[in-house]
Amino acid sequence: MSESLPAPSATVQTSIPTESGMVPQPRSARPSWLLAGWATLVFGFLYLPIAVLVMMSFNDSRILALPIRGLTFDWYITALQDEPLRDSLWNSLKVAGIATVLATVFGLLAAFAIYRYRFPGRSAFRIALNLPILLPGIVTGVAMLAFFSDLGFGLSLGTVILGHVVFGIPVALGPLLTRLGQFPRSLEEAAYDLGAKPAQVFLDVVFPYIRSAVIAAALLAFTLSFDEVVVTIFLTGRDNTLPMEIWGRLRTSITPEIAAIATVVLLTSTVLVLLSQRISARDSA
Amino acid sequence: MKDQRLVYLDRVSKVYGTAAHPVYAMREVTLDVQPGEFFSLLGSSGSGKTTTLRLIGGFELPEAGHVYLGGKDVTQLPAYRRDVHTVFQSYALFPHMTVVENIAYPLKLAKEPQSAIAERVQETLKMFRIPDLGDRRPAQLSGGQQQRVALARALINRPKVLLLDEPLSALDAKIREEVRQELRALQQETNLTFIYVTHDQEEAMALSDRIAVMHNGQVKQVGTPREIYNHPADLFVAQFVGKANFLQGAIADLSDTTATLQTQGASFTVHRQPNAAIPLQKGTDATLMIRPERLQLNPDTALPNRLSGQLTHLTYIGQLLEATIETPLGTLRVTQLGHTALQPGEVELGWNPDDCQIVDYSATR
Repeated sequence: MSESLPAPSATVQTSIPTESGMVPQPRSARPSWLLAGWATLVFGFLYLPIAVLVMMSFNDSRILALPIRGLTFDWYITALQDEPLRDSLWNSLKVAGIATVLATVFGLLAAFAIYRYRFPGRSAFRIALNLPILLPGIVTGVAMLAFFSDLGFGLSLGTVILGHVVFGIPVALGPLLTRLGQFPRSLEEAAYDLGAKPAQVFLDVVFPYIRSAVIAAALLAFTLSFDEVVVTIFLTGRDNTLPMEIWGRLRTSITPEIAAIATVVLLTSTVLVLLSQRISARDSA
Repeated sequence: MKDQRLVYLDRVSKVYGTAAHPVYAMREVTLDVQPGEFFSLLGSSGSGKTTTLRLIGGFELPEAGHVYLGGKDVTQLPAYRRDVHTVFQSYALFPHMTVVENIAYPLKLAKEPQSAIAERVQETLKMFRIPDLGDRRPAQLSGGQQQRVALARALINRPKVLLLDEPLSALDAKIREEVRQELRALQQETNLTFIYVTHDQEEAMALSDRIAVMHNGQVKQVGTPREIYNHPADLFVAQFVGKANFLQGAIADLSDTTATLQTQGASFTVHRQPNAAIPLQKGTDATLMIRPERLQLNPDTALPNRLSGQLTHLTYIGQLLEATIETPLGTLRVTQLGHTALQPGEVELGWNPDDCQIVDYSATR
């Protein structure tokens, strides 16, 4: 759920059959209801399954099937009373919380290094940091598993956290680097000039300037970690994270309490992502 | 010996680029600034004036030479340990702080007590006539207001030296002159030392006690505005500051007080400058400089230096009238007061030995 929305307009424009061949038409030449209809179809395709899941979590029926028989919050209560589910939710919060802090701190350090210093291998460094989100999760997962077993690490939530940090750093790096790139060097010089020591310059001038990007970066890293499955599969020990627990149960059947917990996760993720977008939009304006 | 020099640069060089292709931003720059002085660094872009300022502020390390502040070698000292504040070209106000927080920042860093800070800030706001702007953020201020805040912030704890990097360049032409006068008044009131970087010669002239003219990383001349204008050290300064006429010739005769320049068909007498850096020599080529307003048109009395020519063009610019005169020795420009009655045609030019000067000379030819 952390992936951003595909731009629907691009899909729409390329998919409308054009009678006049390759000649571009002015926007007003197309009836707007066609565009609206197409957009509805695309969004429906993307979000209807999620909407159905949300509906099922309120459906007064043991099986996930239409029609709706009645409205109930029972499945939410059941889900909360389900101890393995509750434990896994707590595990996920722990993992995501710690991984977020680490990823944001390391992401900030890396962003600072890239922004401030010209060193040999600077662009290679940058690409290397971004590799974990470019490579398929399965590659990263296998690689880390092999690495940890070579080192003799036992698999646990600790290894999961490390795996998520590797993912979180490039995610956090993006917004941080963008914001730092906008930072006027003269502000820093002005602070030094007025008598601020390096640590004070960072706290009083640099950090307030990038604060919104730090929050946005942390929220992104958190959402990503919270619903991560692929890398987690390879690195998890006895304790399960929430997505793992859900995935495990799906092999037998989809129960309404899973729909309920999924709805909670969906809501939280959406709020976090919207929040991070909003915070970074506010300050870069 | 260094007591009187508040700021002293001793053969400072600053080099950018690679070892194979060094670019000298400053080449053996030696300067001294006296306490209480309004000192300007004047030059075009790339002349090294801003680098010189940044070096005094502590933002650059020189490759060679030393920087002294109040007699102390501060070459290696970082900006935050120098009692020097800068007003940046972009003002560099902290966007997330209010005007009051911006102005109070240096006091906060100096760990002054809260009550003293509040009092000083209010005083300063009043002094800079911005008492109502205290709660605003920099983004809510006009350019002129931002400039006042930047000045207030830089001056609030009375640094030894205030550095100003083209502080007027971002302002409208209209308020620029107003702020210029305020700046001069402020410097005289506070009796602080200002070092001011500008590319605008008029600005430098109007504000400064002394000016250093810089070009290609070198100091070409240091002097009062009058010295720089009336007695430019060389051809570059003569051309850069104000307008000038040049006549080429060779030195035909030398006495203790005068020199005679021989050109094709005419000779001119020049008073020698006692402080001139140029060691004049008989028989060498030289360039004579005369400011346009020093040339007299059809003089009543016979002047020692005379030249006749054809007035071809007149430009009326209000209080002044600019005449272009074609002479056998080249085109000369003459400035007269605007109400002077002039017609194109044959004219006689004359000037005194005091009104011209030899600015360039080459011993090689």
